[in-house]
Amino acid sequence: MTNAELFRTCPRTGLQFHKSAETLIKLNAVAAVLALLLGGIIALLITLTRWQAVHLLNAENFYMYLTAHGLDMLVIWIIFFEIAILYFCSSTLLRCRLATPKLAWLAFALMVIGTVTFNATIFTGNATVMMTSYVPLPGHPAFYLGLILFAVGALIGCFVFLGTLVVARAEKTYEGSIPLVTFGALTAGIIAIFTIASGAIILIPTFLWSAGYIKSIDPLMYRTIWWAFGHSSQQINVAAHVAVWYAIAAIVFGAKPMSERVSRTAFVLYILFLQLASAHHLLADPGLSTEWKVFNTSYAMYLAVLASMIHGLTVPGSIEVAQRGKGFTRGLFEWIRKAPWSNPVFSGMFISLIGFGFLGGISGVMMGTEQLNMLIHNTIYVPGHFHATVVIGTTLAFMALTYFLIPTLFNREVILPGLAKWQPYLFGLGMGVFCLAMMGAGTLGVPRRHWDITFAGAALPYEFPGAAWLMLAIVGVSGVVAIIGGAAYILITVGSLLFGKRLDAGAYGHETTVLRMPVDTALTGHGHAGFVAPGTFVFALVFLTAFILYYFVNWKYLSTVWGLS
Amino acid sequence: MSAIQPPAQRIWWKQPLDKVELLWIAIAFTWCLVMFFMMPYWHVYGKQNLSSETYRVKPELFSRAAEEMVAKWKVREETDAKIPVVAPPAGADVYLIARLWDWWPLLELEKGKTYRLHLTSMDYQHGFSLQPENINIQVLPGYEHVVTVTPNRAGTYAIVCNEFCGIGHHKMVSKIYVK
Repeated sequence: MTNAELFRTCPRTGLQFHKSAETLIKLNAVAAVLALLLGGIIALLITLTRWQAVHLLNAENFYMYLTAHGLDMLVIWIIFFEIAILYFCSSTLLRCRLATPKLAWLAFALMVIGTVTFNATIFTGNATVMMTSYVPLPGHPAFYLGLILFAVGALIGCFVFLGTLVVARAEKTYEGSIPLVTFGALTAGIIAIFTIASGAIILIPTFLWSAGYIKSIDPLMYRTIWWAFGHSSQQINVAAHVAVWYAIAAIVFGAKPMSERVSRTAFVLYILFLQLASAHHLLADPGLSTEWKVFNTSYAMYLAVLASMIHGLTVPGSIEVAQRGKGFTRGLFEWIRKAPWSNPVFSGMFISLIGFGFLGGISGVMMGTEQLNMLIHNTIYVPGHFHATVVIGTTLAFMALTYFLIPTLFNREVILPGLAKWQPYLFGLGMGVFCLAMMGAGTLGVPRRHWDITFAGAALPYEFPGAAWLMLAIVGVSGVVAIIGGAAYILITVGSLLFGKRLDAGAYGHETTVLRMPVDTALTGHGHAGFVAPGTFVFALVFLTAFILYYFVNWKYLSTVWGLS
Repeated sequence: MSAIQPPAQRIWWKQPLDKVELLWIAIAFTWCLVMFFMMPYWHVYGKQNLSSETYRVKPELFSRAAEEMVAKWKVREETDAKIPVVAPPAGADVYLIARLWDWWPLLELEKGKTYRLHLTSMDYQHGFSLQPENINIQVLPGYEHVVTVTPNRAGTYAIVCNEFCGIGHHKMVSKIYVK
């Protein structure tokens, strides 16, 4: 096919890059890594403050930095990277030109301007309101404005992605249906549009309130709508990093999905049950009925949880099938023992999957149970949970993908391969211990977003048990380990882009090829006892056992506390 | 490289499922239903359920109710700030004010007795965190949340604020005595 646009084909992977798309993917990825750098430096300061024995920052700076850390990590790093993924999954995977590159540039500019605006407001001490900026705690109008500009930019990015899918279909750049990974990205894109709209619905009036045009914002209304933004954005992350898991399984192992139908249905469940109101953030709130809470936290069936449990089986399951096909068929687990554990693309992805499921998933469902929520609401257990989902789950999956993108997209060899080999372990395991210790401290009642658990200066201080101090010390040490792992990632990424050996990029030209449907291969023939992926099934049962035990341990504890009705 | 390629079959949605997937979906879905039914089950048979009784309230009216309660049932004062300690009778309406940056007044309750605890905030959002029980409830301005509590062990408990409420957040801590 001949095009007006310029394309190149990567000689190592065969992926076809549209020139404008390539530039925008690179820019968004670089902006993401810079946000990660900023958020990571702040992470060190915060961690060393919550480590009560070190207690580095003063209260004012602690809360200011905590506000910036939440937004720069949870929103800026992740969404810039997700925009890069959306462009990659549409333009690159479908071998198609990016729709409206000019709008994509506008999106990028708005996101950068927004980021700079709200960061400047925070760092001048004018918006120490935490990431959630719960009203009526006041922030400077520029803070909300910055967030709105960023959100509008991201929204435009999502529409460029959708436009690219339309272009690919219209120009017939692929055969059959879109690939599963693109389907996952589409899921993330659809959720993102809904999410960002919710953000706008609440942040625009809050901006007007802070500027003095609206008298007051109801705090419960704010929380309800804000969490439709705040929680659904985590669902964008989940959809995006699950898509990345599938992509990495395909890239590293040549794994094909066990069943397109199951995996795609599971993605659709994310869209349908992403919890419009994200009720589990409001379970300890006044003003909402019990029936509303019980129904909306689960939609009676926990189908979004079911979707994650499905992906948790089908991703490693597809790897197992691919490995067994290559001859790793001994026993239940040879396929995983002989996996390329020293390849950071794989190890990062697999630690992400395990950490997301065991630490983030189980704790998340416990927290989302109406009565159990009372045991951990606003304790440091909550950040323990979401660091498992967003840092081990999403961030580590994105890091793993980066090691693939450096040679493919940036045409550079990864520098410091020895360090790169260890980076996912340092980061993932450091973060795993960090999350567990935070959850432990939260179980002992340690509050989140709290400068000083000795309550210095209070008339009637409370003394937390020694175990809580120990947990916070473990948070400090493991946090530093994880930050070293994060620093290694930034060093390798930035270093490779600047100093890595240049690789052959393939020449730009106007010729493109259509993405063909692959030859069908049978799924079965290598498993055990009629199961194509028996090892994965055993893993899944171990997971379920841990889940059930932990869930009921919490009910048991709940039954011992004060009576409440 | 198939997850990044189109499905191998044009009509992929008619592909039969493998046993592993089917079995796992059935098990996982059953577990999801169990988790849902635990919540209504606990409302019927469990003794720890958060009340949803809530009223809109003006801060002045709530503080007046709290002051009247203090006048009626004050037993002593504590600390240099002379914070009143209130010992309400069983079944009483108990008003607890959350504000920058304290809880007012102090409470003295009896083990095994039930009280109607009214919570609201005078200003920003706060978090009622009862330690070491670790019961945590959000406190919003403008909303009066009535929670029925039954302390089941004697001792000195703390109320920690666990919603960020400004620079003095860490000083916002109080006590509940249970006899």
